[in-house]
Amino acid sequence: MAMTGQYLGMTLSIAELDHENAAYFRFCARGELRLQRCKACSLVRYPPGPACPWCTGDAFDWVPMSGRGAVYSYTEVRHAVQPAFRAHVPYLALLVELDEQRGQPTEHEALRVIGNLSMPDGKLAPPEVVRTVGIGSRVRIVFAPAGPEIAIPLWALDPAHAGGAAPWRYPE
Amino acid sequence: MQTSEHFSEGSRHLRGRYAIAGVGETTYTRGSGLTTRALACWAIRSAMQDAGLAARDVDGVLAYQMGDSVSSPFVAGDLGIRPNFFMDVQGGGSSTEALVGLAMGAIEAGMCSTVVIYRAMNGYSQARVGGSGRVETPVSGDELHDGAYGWRSPGQRFAPTFMRHMYEFGTRPEQVAMVRVAHSKHASNNPKALHRRRVTVEDVLASRMICTPLHLLDCCIETDNATAIIVTSIERARALRRAPAVILGVVGRMCKPRPDMHFQHGPITTVAAKWAAPRLWSGAGVGPSDVDVTGSYDAFTFTTLLQLEDYGFCKKGEGGAYVASGAIELGGKRPNNTSGGHLCEGYTHGVSMVVENVRQLRHDADDSCPLGPDARRMHTYDYREGGCRQVRDVNVTANFGWGTPAYGSALVMSRDR
Repeated sequence: MAMTGQYLGMTLSIAELDHENAAYFRFCARGELRLQRCKACSLVRYPPGPACPWCTGDAFDWVPMSGRGAVYSYTEVRHAVQPAFRAHVPYLALLVELDEQRGQPTEHEALRVIGNLSMPDGKLAPPEVVRTVGIGSRVRIVFAPAGPEIAIPLWALDPAHAGGAAPWRYPE
Repeated sequence: MQTSEHFSEGSRHLRGRYAIAGVGETTYTRGSGLTTRALACWAIRSAMQDAGLAARDVDGVLAYQMGDSVSSPFVAGDLGIRPNFFMDVQGGGSSTEALVGLAMGAIEAGMCSTVVIYRAMNGYSQARVGGSGRVETPVSGDELHDGAYGWRSPGQRFAPTFMRHMYEFGTRPEQVAMVRVAHSKHASNNPKALHRRRVTVEDVLASRMICTPLHLLDCCIETDNATAIIVTSIERARALRRAPAVILGVVGRMCKPRPDMHFQHGPITTVAAKWAAPRLWSGAGVGPSDVDVTGSYDAFTFTTLLQLEDYGFCKKGEGGAYVASGAIELGGKRPNNTSGGHLCEGYTHGVSMVVENVRQLRHDADDSCPLGPDARRMHTYDYREGGCRQVRDVNVTANFGWGTPAYGSALVMSRDR
């Protein structure tokens, strides 16, 4: 049976054969960000997939991540394409660089995860919060429930780093 | 064991042995009122007439699409072409130049001798790239990592790459906007272009923001159209109606590491062009300074900037200054997309920019200059609005196709001898 969910009015589904995505989102539904760590070379990878991009290995463990990182880049969407997001503009699509495995295995590599800026309760951030976030902002993971087996990982400002250096924002 | 580095001479062994012998297109409209099958026939017929080829002379067909267009055997049948070889390839913006290489390979392998490449799309009235937004499409499997975040259209997907470039190099919105300014200037001298109005930097920056850093006028236009080019050996091309556009070198769908999600492998401000450039220039036997006209994929203003930078027309990080310098405009050092490109002429997933450069190499751009007794334009080189868009003394052109920041294709052509 495919796993299904509902989120912002969108129907989500994960096919029965899609073992990696099914496991990833089941962990999310439990409030955990876990990624695959290759049993052969010990590198963690993102997004979920059947092979290790560094050594081709197929064996892995799902290891917990701290769920903390910094915004590496972003876009502020003001014109939504998908109907589900029209009520939520402006929203931020973030590229979050996780604290784990930065600069490994080479200096330019890192685990960079896509997500939206949200509030601590998993609701997409309102404009007054969107305006405060940019490249360099520290964020932590939160989860928005989307069904019994699926939750969508999102990113909220990390209160442990409140008052830090101002992030870079698009100049306008 | 040899690694791929041992083949970095690229297509050098085929340099000058193939040519584009004919080009053609439909009108660029929003609402063609025709099937992609009818559009394809129109564009191919036009390219065959341009080359002076009959259906029996064409024996290869290559097409690309994204599940939004007619399959090539139908089109071949419609036109009376009996292919010795055909193939329909999946994909969009990185396809044109790659398919030119595949056509050369198919001919080299003895599978056929003259190949037409086409792209037919109702990109406005039927299949919108990134979705029409009219219905809520289910999000499944791998899309849960992007579509669930309202991160699905090409603009949304590419924007973090562009934003990071602004952050790292100080690239300014008003510099990026100059790509649109230049291409709109060119389009104003292209009677075929859908948008022929010249715009200013202020116009671009005042147009509504779609997703930072992309204003509406930073984005290409969606249109209905088909475009076609015909590839054959240099010997056959020389016997045909038009002067051949000689193929000096080609690279196809060159990838940077992690083509699935290039964000994992930085710097994300570097695009596939960086990997393609050494193979391209080595294969073609020319370098950036030899190129007179570029055709750089302008799905967005910023895609042109990044490609020109990573193919070596300026230093890394200085793309903003380069596109704002006037160099890419008609009358400048190296005009880019003299037809107006995807930003202004119409969106055809790359073929149109090759069509334009073939005409530039013939010194026969189809502008409003008067026709001479030989049916060729008598160019004035007066680039004021509504005037000429032929670049003087074009000898070498380069085309750069963009699929995503992580993969792209390229083609270098020259005049014959």
